[in-house]
Amino acid sequence: MSETLVITGAQLLGAESADIIVENGVISEIGSGLTRAGARVIDAAGLVALPGLVDLHTHLREPGYEASETILTGTRAAAAGGFTAVFAMPNTSPVADTAGVVEQELALGEAAGYATVQPIGAVTVGQKGERLAELGAMATSRAQVRVFSDDGFCVFDPLIMRRALEYVKSFDGVIAQHAQDPRLTEGAQMNEGSVSAELGLAGWPAVAEESIIARDVLLAEHVGSRLHVCHLSTAGSVDIIRWAKKRGINVTAEVTPHHLLLTDELVRGYDARYKVNPPLRRQEDVLAVREGLADGTIDIVATDHAPHPSEHKACEWQAAANGMVGLESALRVVHQSMVQTGLIGWADVARVMSAAPARIGRLAGHGTPLEVGQPAQLALYDASIAGVFTESDLHGRSVNSPYLGRDLPGRVQFTVHGGVVTVADGAVVAELGA
Amino acid sequence: MRHLLDTKNLDRATALRILDVAEDMADTQSREVKKLPTLRGKTVVNLFFEDSTRTRISFEAAAKRLSADVINFAAKGSSVSKGESLKDTAQTLEAIGADAVVVRHPSSGAPQTLATSGWISAGVVNAGDGTHEHPTQALLDAYTIRKRRFGADSRGRDLSGIRVVIVGDVLHSRVARSNVWLLSTLGAEVTLVSPPTLVPQNVSLWPAKVVYDLDQALADGPDAVMMLRIQLERMNAAYFPTEREYSRRWGLDALRVAGLPDGSIVMHPGPMNRGLEISSEAADSARSTVLEQVTNGVSIRMAVLYLLLAGERDNERGGDL
Repeated sequence: MSETLVITGAQLLGAESADIIVENGVISEIGSGLTRAGARVIDAAGLVALPGLVDLHTHLREPGYEASETILTGTRAAAAGGFTAVFAMPNTSPVADTAGVVEQELALGEAAGYATVQPIGAVTVGQKGERLAELGAMATSRAQVRVFSDDGFCVFDPLIMRRALEYVKSFDGVIAQHAQDPRLTEGAQMNEGSVSAELGLAGWPAVAEESIIARDVLLAEHVGSRLHVCHLSTAGSVDIIRWAKKRGINVTAEVTPHHLLLTDELVRGYDARYKVNPPLRRQEDVLAVREGLADGTIDIVATDHAPHPSEHKACEWQAAANGMVGLESALRVVHQSMVQTGLIGWADVARVMSAAPARIGRLAGHGTPLEVGQPAQLALYDASIAGVFTESDLHGRSVNSPYLGRDLPGRVQFTVHGGVVTVADGAVVAELGA
Repeated sequence: MRHLLDTKNLDRATALRILDVAEDMADTQSREVKKLPTLRGKTVVNLFFEDSTRTRISFEAAAKRLSADVINFAAKGSSVSKGESLKDTAQTLEAIGADAVVVRHPSSGAPQTLATSGWISAGVVNAGDGTHEHPTQALLDAYTIRKRRFGADSRGRDLSGIRVVIVGDVLHSRVARSNVWLLSTLGAEVTLVSPPTLVPQNVSLWPAKVVYDLDQALADGPDAVMMLRIQLERMNAAYFPTEREYSRRWGLDALRVAGLPDGSIVMHPGPMNRGLEISSEAADSARSTVLEQVTNGVSIRMAVLYLLLAGERDNERGGDL
C-alpha cells in the first residue's frame, strides 16, 4: 500500500544530501528540513539514494518451474537487491511465446506487488528458432511486450534473425540476442582456454559469441533495426560493439555482474555454482567488460538471475545446470567491481542499472530521475558497510549464488516500489499492506 | 595420503614414494603366495560409471592381493535425469561402510566433487574422469619407464633428462594430461605430437612442447614413445579426414619403430587399435612395454591403496595429497 514517506538525509546519487517526500506513489517534494504530518519517516542519513533498479534479464521460472522460483519469490529477491522492475525471460513452461502467457505473467507480478514484472516474449515459437512467434499479439497485449528474446538459445538462423529484427520495427520492439554459435559450442562446459585445457572440460570459445554479435550488428545495420546483445562476456565482443556504435548501428549491450567480477579460474574446484552460460571468462575479459561499461560501449548491467534447485548444482560439473542467482547481489557486485575501482560513480550506476535498461525495454514509470513529479521508485543503499554474503542475503527460492562466503560491500536498506516500501532496514517486508 | 585425484597437484616426493612402494609391492608379487594381509578388514569399492574392464580388474587384483574386501559397483547414469545421482550413490557407499572408493566417471571432475562434497568420508582414487586425468595410469607409466631405464636400481630415482614423446588425441586424453604433469614433475622432458585439431586450444601453461610432425619428434631419438588410443568416432566430428590419413601421419608403423635408437621403448595404455595408431610390429616388438604396463599397474594400484588405507591417515590433520 502506497503511504506518505519522509525520507531524510539521503545522498541523491551519492552526492548532496536531501529529504524526499513521497505521496500517492510519486516524489512530491525534494528539499531540506521537510516534514509531513502522520507520514512514515525513513532515516536515510548516509545512504545513497538511487532510482529503483531495473533488470532487463531475469528468469522467474513461473509458469512451469516453480520449484526453482516463482514470480512472488523472484520479485522478493529483486526487491532485496534494490530492484523495482524486472524483465522476465520467456524460457518458462509453457514458453512465453503467446499473448496469453505474457498476460498471465504480468498479472502474477501485479498480484505479488514487490516489483513490476515486464514479460519478454520469445522470438520464435517454443524458442526453437524455426518460425516467428506472434510478436505483434504480444506487443499489443496488456503486457505490451517490447523486448523479444529466445534467451538460452541463440536465434542462429540468419534469415529468421533478419526477419525478427525487421518485424519488431512496427511497434518499436527490440531483439535481445543470446549470442552463441551452437555448432562451435556443442557440449561446451566452460570458457575455452588454458583452464579448460587443464581441467579437461569442453571449451566454449569466445569466437562463438563474437561471430554472432558481428553478424547481428551487420544485420541490424542492413535492416535499420534495434538490436540488444545479452550478457556479452569477452574482450572481443566489447570491441565489436564499440565498432558498431561508432558506425552508428542501433545496438545496445549488457553485461552481468558475475562477468564483471569472476573468472574461469574459479572452475578449478569443479564447484557447479560457477557454471553459467556464457561461461566465466579470463581476467583480461573481466577488465575489458569493465572498461566497456565505464566508457558507455556497454549500456547496462543485467543480472541473468537464474535460479536452480540444489540437485541441479550438487552434482558433477557436466550434469549441472547453467546459471546463478544474482538479483540480491547485483548492486553490491557492481559497487565492488566498478565503483570501488573508481571506474564509475553512483550517477553512472543509476544510468546502467535503472535509466538505460528501462529505456531499452521501453518501460514507462521506471528508470526516471530522482525529481519532483516522478514515480517513487527508489533504492536506498548503505555503501559504507561490507560483509560476507550468506544464504540469509538470498530471498528467492534457490541458493545457487557464486558469492556465498565472499566479502561484498554495501547493503540495500530500503526499496520503495511505487510508493510502497518493499524492503525496510535491510529486510524484505513480509506482507505488503492490505 | 587422503585421496588421489590428479597428478597436477602431486608433488615429487609423494610421487616417488608411490613409485618406491610399488617396487616393494612388485617384489612381493614374485613370491609363490602373492597375497598380503595388509588391508584385511578394509572395504574398497570400485565405482565405475563407465565400462573399463582393464582398469577395474587391475584395481580389483591390487585390492585383493592386499586382502581388502572388494565391491564392484557398475553405476548407470550420471545425473538426476538419468538414474541415480552421484550424491545418492556416494551416500549409499558411505552407509555400506566403504573405506576407499575407486571411481571411474565420464565427467571430468567427478572424483573431485565426490572427495570434496562431504557426502562420503572414504578416500577417493580417480580411476579416470572424463577428459581430465587418470593418475594411476601415469604413475604406472612412470614406473615402467624408470624400471626399463634403471632396473633393480630404480628406487629413489626420478626421470631427469628422460625424453618422452606422447602421440595422438591429446585433447580428449586423460592419460596424456596425467602424464604431462607427472613426468615433468619427475624431471622428464615431454613432447606432445598431435594433429592440430586434437590438442587443446591453449596449452601455453603445460610443461610440454607441442609439435604436429611425428617424424620430426622421433628424429630427436626419444627414450619413450607413448601412443594414445584414437577413438574412431573422432573422425566423424572432423578432427581428421580418414583413418588412413591419420595412420600415415601419426601412426607408429614398422618403419618409424625401426628408426628409433636402441633402448627406446614403445608404450600404449591399451586397448590398442592395431593398424591405426600402432602397427603390430611396434606393439609386439621387444621395445613394447604394453604388457609390462599392465603388470606394473597392479603394483602401482597396490601402492596407492596401501598409502591411502594402511597406517595413519592424515585427513585428521587436514592433509591432502
